[in-house]
Amino acid sequence: MAYRCNVLLCTCTMCVSVGALKIKSKLEEEIKKYNLEDEIQIILTGSSWLCTKGPTLIVQPDDVVYQFLKEKDIPNLVEEHLLKGRPVHSLMYIDPEDLHPIEKLQDIPFYHDQRLIALWNRGIIDPDEIDEYIARDGYKALAKVLQDMTPEDVIQEIKDSGLRGRGGGGFPTGMKWEFCRKNPGSPKYLICNADEGDPGAFMDRSIIEADPHSLIEGMLVAAYAIGAEKGYIYVRSEYPLAIKRLDSAIIKAREYGLLGKSVFGSDFNFDVEIFRGAGAFVCGEETSLIHSIEGEPAEPRQRPPFPVEKGLWDNPTNINNVETLSCLPRIINFGAKWFASIGTEKSKGTKVFSLAGKINNAGLVEVPMGITLREMVFKIGGGIPNRKKFKAVQTGGPSGGVIPESMLDLPIDYERIQEAGAIMGSGGMIVMDEDDCMVDIARYFIEFTRDESCGKCSSCREGLDAMYEILTNICEGRGKEGDIEFLEELGEAIINASMCGLGKSAPKPVLTSIRHFRDEYVAHIRDKKCPAKKCVDLIEYSVDQEKCTGCFICNVNCPTNAIIGEKKKPQTIDKSKCIKCSVCLEVCKFDAIKVG
Amino acid sequence: MPKITPEDLAKITERVKRTMILREGTGRAIIRVHMGTCGIAAGSRAIMSTLMEEIESRNIKDIILTTSSCAGLCSREPMITVEVQNQPPVKYVDLTPEKAKIIFDKHILSGEIVKEYALAFGSERVP
Repeated sequence: MAYRCNVLLCTCTMCVSVGALKIKSKLEEEIKKYNLEDEIQIILTGSSWLCTKGPTLIVQPDDVVYQFLKEKDIPNLVEEHLLKGRPVHSLMYIDPEDLHPIEKLQDIPFYHDQRLIALWNRGIIDPDEIDEYIARDGYKALAKVLQDMTPEDVIQEIKDSGLRGRGGGGFPTGMKWEFCRKNPGSPKYLICNADEGDPGAFMDRSIIEADPHSLIEGMLVAAYAIGAEKGYIYVRSEYPLAIKRLDSAIIKAREYGLLGKSVFGSDFNFDVEIFRGAGAFVCGEETSLIHSIEGEPAEPRQRPPFPVEKGLWDNPTNINNVETLSCLPRIINFGAKWFASIGTEKSKGTKVFSLAGKINNAGLVEVPMGITLREMVFKIGGGIPNRKKFKAVQTGGPSGGVIPESMLDLPIDYERIQEAGAIMGSGGMIVMDEDDCMVDIARYFIEFTRDESCGKCSSCREGLDAMYEILTNICEGRGKEGDIEFLEELGEAIINASMCGLGKSAPKPVLTSIRHFRDEYVAHIRDKKCPAKKCVDLIEYSVDQEKCTGCFICNVNCPTNAIIGEKKKPQTIDKSKCIKCSVCLEVCKFDAIKVG
Repeated sequence: MPKITPEDLAKITERVKRTMILREGTGRAIIRVHMGTCGIAAGSRAIMSTLMEEIESRNIKDIILTTSSCAGLCSREPMITVEVQNQPPVKYVDLTPEKAKIIFDKHILSGEIVKEYALAFGSERVP
């Protein structure tokens, strides 16, 4: 059946949660009403567009994108655009600068500066249709390696491409494969680490939801290179949609003979199994992940021996991240030279980031290495909402650190970000504005890692608890001289004494925020003030007696009746009753509520 | 479903090519049927169905058929604009399904512009 128009509706987890499936039924209903069923096809894609602007859809071949769709918008959209060919401007993306709608997908800066390698097929194919993946050069790389390349050739190609682990460590992928291949142990295993646990990160989930076959093909290439016949995809149970799509993709690949015995009719055998993790952050660490698959408690162990020597069931095991594996089909198809031409001297190719926090265009982006953080935040991200001032960006989630505005021209590159005290990490990027308190943010991340610490090393178990207590004291006005120095000393000790990556990186948000925002800590401790006015124990609400007109709106809205005064006369706040809920601040039309 | 060989990849690609060029926007030619209220009233939906049938029955895979809004010359609807790659667009007016078939045969398939049905070459200038 041929259609004249494709409606590509994003059905990633986020769009589904805001009603994408209702939009789908409404679209079907309206299309039927105009007898357009034979002309227009609805395709369900994954992660196609700005994730906080869902539900979204793209109309092809017109290349027009719509956002924030509601059921009531659909009748008009179908009649105007799909029937009469007139794009509906009121539903388009609005440029945050000049406030004009932008019609074409490609003209939106968010898209324009991206370069898709791992997300090659995002939003353009139906993840459940293997044929559509094949039509986009799918499984061509697999055919190429099986027919024309030896495993050693493949390893050399990946070494030449300069691909490094995208899970955070940045270890050269080709080299890891070589260690695993050369190890005499047998059988060998390949594990895909899709245990994405940091707050604000959704790269792996989005890649799987949009294009599961890229991951499967990548795993086939990697398995051929290292000589594995069995693979596991370790994905957390919190990702039901990703698991469903992956499951369906694996079944289809098996039907086509692309997984299982004698792949593509060759003598190479490989099959994968999905292993559902229970969602412990520590399982992102490779030795804990292996223990989890083996059925043991998810605790890390000493390395060496590394998993490439003694991994799953003590056999050589190669663990790669989702994004690393999803890049492979393109590297094989277009060549190592092409891949190595993108990026910086030591960091090649592209990196997927999930942009979140105080940013206009929160979403999934893939950019060439070497792009600056400034371009990332202000060009692709579209800047900070409500004209607030940028404060810092947290890279690498709870294992990473904050990067202040003075360092925004830092290029995205493994080494350069590390020099700034943060890490590239798996690609979470949380943007903070002037209203965010750095002490409070540091406390939030420590609270997270404290909960997620497996408890094996006392430095991590007890140390993070102690850090959390001190940070809470500072936020609640009980900070004392010497706390900052103690936090620094303790942080270093935790890093030095902990065994796995969790403990070795957990103090980083505190250490980097002390490094770049020491004055905020000092203000909390010495002056008992929170400069961002976030920590409720350190702020007080009062009424500006000159500005207040006595309009009474705050008085009426105050939930604890803390505002007292007569009508048409300036009001006052009874501090014993005030719970600092900020309702008065929000309702006041005369800017008369002071916080300080 | 039978197991596939590397050679089958090209066959599968060919089979879904029409769908994919629609999404990638890379056809050899684009036919735009003007579907404003005026166009629909004058019968542009019949033109659309005719062209879809032509494409379907001849199993053509490299042409994009799409809609556009009113072209501004409502009295001469139904209209289509034919845009063969690297050539200026041609607007055809006063169409009937029969005329659309002839245009499809001659212009799209053989590259020969049907002058008697054509209004003009090119599109309006956009400031």
